[in-house]
Amino acid sequence: MPNAPSETPRLVIKGVSKIYPSVIANDNVDLTIMPGEIRAVLGENGAGKSTLMKIIYGVTHPDKGEILWEGSPVTVQNPAHARELGIGMVFQHFSLFETLTVAQNVALAVPGRLDLAGLSRRIEEISGKYGLPVDPRRLVHALSVGERQRVEIIRCLLQNPRLLILDEPTSVLTPQAVRKLFETLRQLASEGVSILYISHKLDEIQELCHTATVLRNGRVTGHCTPSQETPKTMARLMIGEDLPTFHHGEPEEGREVRLRIDGLSVKSEDPFGVDLEDVSLEVRSGEIVGIAGVSGNGQQELLRAISGEEPVPDKRWIHVCGVPAGRMNASRRRALGMCFVPEERLGRGAVPRLSLTDNVLLTAFRRKMVRFGMIRRKAAKTFADDCIRLFDVKCGGAASEAKSLSGGNLQKFIVGREILQEPKVLVLAQPTWGVDVGAASFIRQQLLCLREKGTAVLVISEELDELFEICDRLVVIAKGRLSPSKATSETGVEEVGVWMSGMWPGAEPAKDEAPHVA
Amino acid sequence: MQPSLLSAILFATIVAGTPLIIAAVGELVTEKSGVLNLGTEGIMSMGAVAAFAVTVHTGSPVLGILAGMTAGMAMGLVFAVAALTFMANQVASGLALSIFGVGLSAFIGKPYESQALPSVATWNVPGLHKLPLVGHAFFEHQGLVYFSWALLAAVAWFLYRSRLGLVLRAVGEAPVAAHSVGYNVVRIRYMAVLFGGAMAGVAGAFLSVFHTPLWVEGMVAGRGWIALALVVFATWRPARVMVGAYLFGGCMITQMFVQGSGMHLNIPSQFLSALPYAATIIVLVIISHNKATIRLNSPASLGQPFSPEA
Repeated sequence: MPNAPSETPRLVIKGVSKIYPSVIANDNVDLTIMPGEIRAVLGENGAGKSTLMKIIYGVTHPDKGEILWEGSPVTVQNPAHARELGIGMVFQHFSLFETLTVAQNVALAVPGRLDLAGLSRRIEEISGKYGLPVDPRRLVHALSVGERQRVEIIRCLLQNPRLLILDEPTSVLTPQAVRKLFETLRQLASEGVSILYISHKLDEIQELCHTATVLRNGRVTGHCTPSQETPKTMARLMIGEDLPTFHHGEPEEGREVRLRIDGLSVKSEDPFGVDLEDVSLEVRSGEIVGIAGVSGNGQQELLRAISGEEPVPDKRWIHVCGVPAGRMNASRRRALGMCFVPEERLGRGAVPRLSLTDNVLLTAFRRKMVRFGMIRRKAAKTFADDCIRLFDVKCGGAASEAKSLSGGNLQKFIVGREILQEPKVLVLAQPTWGVDVGAASFIRQQLLCLREKGTAVLVISEELDELFEICDRLVVIAKGRLSPSKATSETGVEEVGVWMSGMWPGAEPAKDEAPHVA
Repeated sequence: MQPSLLSAILFATIVAGTPLIIAAVGELVTEKSGVLNLGTEGIMSMGAVAAFAVTVHTGSPVLGILAGMTAGMAMGLVFAVAALTFMANQVASGLALSIFGVGLSAFIGKPYESQALPSVATWNVPGLHKLPLVGHAFFEHQGLVYFSWALLAAVAWFLYRSRLGLVLRAVGEAPVAAHSVGYNVVRIRYMAVLFGGAMAGVAGAFLSVFHTPLWVEGMVAGRGWIALALVVFATWRPARVMVGAYLFGGCMITQMFVQGSGMHLNIPSQFLSALPYAATIIVLVIISHNKATIRLNSPASLGQPFSPEA
């Protein structure tokens, strides 16, 4: 165990506070990490985890408090300074440059003369040593998310860090890739590297971390040893209350097909996108179907085709409530009773600078909010108020701008807006991405209620736990193709994980040598 | 066509393309850092008048160029302070700078309007300028023409081979990521804007001291805007900037030759005058319509302000 009492702690944080105009991100936070220790920093979205890490890495500066690095007080000026000290960080949203090669990306973080050939050799060395295969000459935009993360980690390791910070590193990986990552991290810890592991996934923390610090509302609410806790007790530390449990009835057989996709093939508009090939799927009234997959395997293209953002050439490829709808635009599909929650909240799901009321009007205007071409403000306002109340959206009222809401609250609002339209078909992409645990379980519960009322629900998500929790059936998307569907009760994380790399029974062998998986 | 006429057209084409290359390469560096400076026209005007005035008073075209460069950097600094430090809207600040520069240069230039400078001697490349056809066209130019070629090569090397060029491209691609890796985004953008300003100033100096050695109000005549368009249509690649600049210059010169030759063509002269603009845009649109190359070469953060605190 890493906690030999004679050792100097690698990093000590004492009483660090960071106050933003609207929120106290960190309030008197203490944290200590020893050499070779893997410490989890646990907390919901907005608990202050990311701010704390940015302070350690020098991206922002604390308003108060003290940082001791290997026993002596330091002020971390900026990330370059942090790297000099021996602190490396792998960001949640990768800080990679898509139009540059892997080697160039790494070069940007390594001081000294530009020597791409030499650097490429060192990249290959490190990737061999830690089992992180990646080709230094490839352009980053062509890499899968898992490969990108490897590049980030390699970039850190090249500088021989003594403290490695990982911010939600597994949110984009297949279960198999997570296991590989953990092996690498354990190897690093055994070599004496300290690791700060930020996450809200409790099972992973239990598996990997020696110790955990729990943050809530910017404050440390507890320390624990994950191996001696249960996910339930840690969840209570994290959100301050017990998580609600779900009730889940059996799906009824023989209900009508509400959404049918039949032989859909689409060439992606985006040169770095994924082509959809012969995608077929049915979603019936009163069931929730989940599409699992590592991001960047055609989910965006599929959602655009289903929602009508990119109508497809053949109208029979997509049927909504029995009507061939392939060539309809999004508005006409909505008129058939279909609603969507896109992945991107600001820009696709809501207009950032419009008020919540106006954002309601954009998709829900058919609910008697427009008469003779004139807007009925009162109806829209009532709808927005209902949505805010029923879905517990924390905001400054229906008149506040969409972009003034936090990510989780805006997501609740958007999901609420679509659910309150009582759709016949509801399609959601990443419904709980970046949403805190409490709000996420609320959203899931609402989806289950909707299912009971007979809506056909299609969920595209990267969170396997979520899919297993709410879905009746699962399919997997990989490289633009769809696997056969399986009842959730008859499959498991293990099998779906294998399918996520494109290897389901009857799948054609991969065409290119660079599969889009981690 | 006689060889001498062809040679004359080639020669004039290169002269006409030179200020476009210098200004566009400067703007290209600015835009690669993610900053859209629409002030090129105004900066060129200021560069032209400053260079002309200094050359009149000192008799030295070299000092004239330096004055044009300094004026260009001063204008660039004004833009940088507004757009980078105070994060004013880049499009609005750039347009304002253009209008401001054109107006101020007219005001400063009033006393110089009736004056003329002796034309600057050419420098013939030893040996090469004797070659048939291409000798005169390529190797009997004024110094700034050779400078524009060196500039192209240097900027291409800088962007794709040097460390600082890599950093510059990274900043333009993803400023937030560049900041988190530890680069000073605002400082790098300042440098890029100042370089772009300096080059636009030199391009202006070329016009008033070398190309037509006199000062006339409005003599930049839209070349700043053409340079801006060239950068975009060339998908931010130095070699294509050169192609576009000479294409534009070539069409311009050819149509002038045609109009001046007294050939009896049934084409309205307005159409011929519009031809260089139309041809350049059409050709560059055709060679750059590939989405992948656009995505790979365009600075993704172009025109977006960056604040290290947010």
